[in-house]
Amino acid sequence: MSARPLRIGCGAGYSGDRIEPAIELVERGTLDVLVFECLAERTIALAQQAKAADPDAGFDPRLNERMEAVLPEARRRSVRIVTNMGAANPPAAAARTRATAERLGVRGLTIAVVTGDDVRELVTNGSFSAQETGETLTRDNVVSANAYLGAEPIAEALRRDAHVVITGRVADPSLFLAPISVHHGWAADDWTLAGRGTLVGHLLECAGQVTGGYFADPGVKDVPDLARLGFPIAEVDADGTAVITKVAGSGGCVTGATCKEQLLYEIHDPAAYVTPDVVADFSTARVTDLGGDRVRVEGAGGRPRPDTIKVSVGQFDGWIGEGQISYAGAGAKARGRLAAEIVTERLRLIGVAPLELRTDLIGVDALHGGHGARGSEPYEVRLRVAARTATAADAWRVAREVESLYTNGPAGGGGASTVVRQVLAMRSTLVPRDRVSWRVDYLK
Amino acid sequence: MTLRDVAYARTGDKGDTCNISLIAFDERDYPRLVAQASAERVKTLFEGIVRGDVTRYELPNLGALNFVLTRALGGGVTRSLSLDAHGKALSSLLLELEI
Repeated sequence: MSARPLRIGCGAGYSGDRIEPAIELVERGTLDVLVFECLAERTIALAQQAKAADPDAGFDPRLNERMEAVLPEARRRSVRIVTNMGAANPPAAAARTRATAERLGVRGLTIAVVTGDDVRELVTNGSFSAQETGETLTRDNVVSANAYLGAEPIAEALRRDAHVVITGRVADPSLFLAPISVHHGWAADDWTLAGRGTLVGHLLECAGQVTGGYFADPGVKDVPDLARLGFPIAEVDADGTAVITKVAGSGGCVTGATCKEQLLYEIHDPAAYVTPDVVADFSTARVTDLGGDRVRVEGAGGRPRPDTIKVSVGQFDGWIGEGQISYAGAGAKARGRLAAEIVTERLRLIGVAPLELRTDLIGVDALHGGHGARGSEPYEVRLRVAARTATAADAWRVAREVESLYTNGPAGGGGASTVVRQVLAMRSTLVPRDRVSWRVDYLK
Repeated sequence: MTLRDVAYARTGDKGDTCNISLIAFDERDYPRLVAQASAERVKTLFEGIVRGDVTRYELPNLGALNFVLTRALGGGVTRSLSLDAHGKALSSLLLELEI
C-alpha cells in the first residue's frame, strides 16, 4: 500500500506507433510503469499464422526496436514495462527481449511471460459458436481463438517483482489496471476502484489519442506541434482519481476536450463497459481541466466482473479483390461512373459473381455514400471497385478488370492500382471464466 | 448551422457496430444537443450506411451524447469492402446535421 500516486505512461497505442514518444516518456516522464499496447483484434490472428509457419515467430514485429529503444534507460530508472507485444507467442517474445537485454548490457532483469489466452482447443470442441454468424466453431474453420485475459496475471507478475511483463491477448485497460491496483494494494473485488483504474487504462491505451492526436480540426480544434506529439502519463491516486498529463515541452495538448473524446472512444453503454476485471461505469465520471496540460478524471464506478470471458476468433472468409483508377478535369465524375458501369458489366460477361461488390468514386461518395454526392462537381475522382469473392482467382479477375480500363475504358484514366488479400474475419464467442486458466513464467 | 458549430465528435468501432460521441464545446449547449440530435434524426442522416439501429446515451456530466449504430460497418471492420472499413470518417457526417 502506498499513498504516493502511481505515474504510469503509455508508449504505444498500436503496433505501428511512433517510437520516440516512448523514449521521451522513459527519459523525462519520471515514470513508475510504461505500457505498450500493440495488439489490434486482427493482429493476433495474423501472428498465429506466422507462429504456425515458424515456432519462434508470432510476436510483435517491432518488439526488438521498442525494447532496444527503452530497456537500458528503463532499467536504470526503475521503470517497469508491461506490454502485449507477445501477441501469439509471448515466450518467444520474452526470449528475444532477454537476448536484447544481454546484448545491450542490461543486467538483473526479470521478465514475466503470461500465457493461457490461446483457447483454440477449448472453443473448437463443438460446443461453441460465433456470436455474429451462429456457425459452430471447429478445428477446420478457426484460425485463432484468444481469450481476453484480465489484470490478474499481470498483477501477480508485478507482485513478484518482474521488471518486464509480456502478454498475449489481454483486455487493453487491464494492462494499466494491474500496475495501478498492485501499487495501491487494491482488493481485486473492489469494483469501484477497478472501474476507476479501468477508466485510466481506457484513457491511456490509445497513447496519442488523449494528448491531441486524432483531434485537430484547423480553426475549430487547434493542436500545437503534432509532429512531436507527447504520449500520456496518468498520476493515479489511491482512490482511483487520476490526473492525465504529458511530458512538459512535448507536442500536443491534454485538455478536458481531448480527455472527453477519448473517454467515449469505442464505448457503447457508458454505464456498462465490460472487461474481464469489472463492469465499469463511466457515466458518473467527471473531467476537470486544471490547465497546463493537466486534466483530473474522477468519479467512475464499477460492478462485479462477468462470469464469462470474451474470446476473439479469427476465421477465413473468402478474398477481397480491389482496383482503383483516377479521372480528372471536366467530366471526371461522368467518366468515373462510366468506368464503374463497364467493370460491373465485364464481371457479368466473364462469369465472375462476387459475394459482394461495391463501387465508389473517391472524392464523391466513398466515405458517406449518397451524402457526399451532392454539391459542386469535383475536379478529380478516383474509382474504387472492391469485391469479396470465394476464391483468390476471382478476386484477381475483379482487380484486373479495373486495371484494363487503361486501354479499354473511358478517356484519361490514370494511376491504376490493384490489390488482393485473403479475408481474416474476426468474430467472438463467450466462454465460462473457469475454463480459461492463465499462468505466469519467469525468465531471469 | 450544423452540429459542427457547437460540438465535436469521435468514432469508435467494435465488429459491425460503430459508436460516435458528440460533445458540446460549451456545456451550456448540451441541452441543445439533447433536443436536436435525436436518435431518429441521426438514423435518417445515416440512411444507406446504418442497416441496424441507432441508440443514444446521455452523459450530462460530460455535456456529451454517445450514439451506437449497429450493422454500420459493412459486416465488420475485418471483412468490410468500404474504403474506410473502421468507419472513422463517420463522425464528420454526424457533425453535418443541421440544427
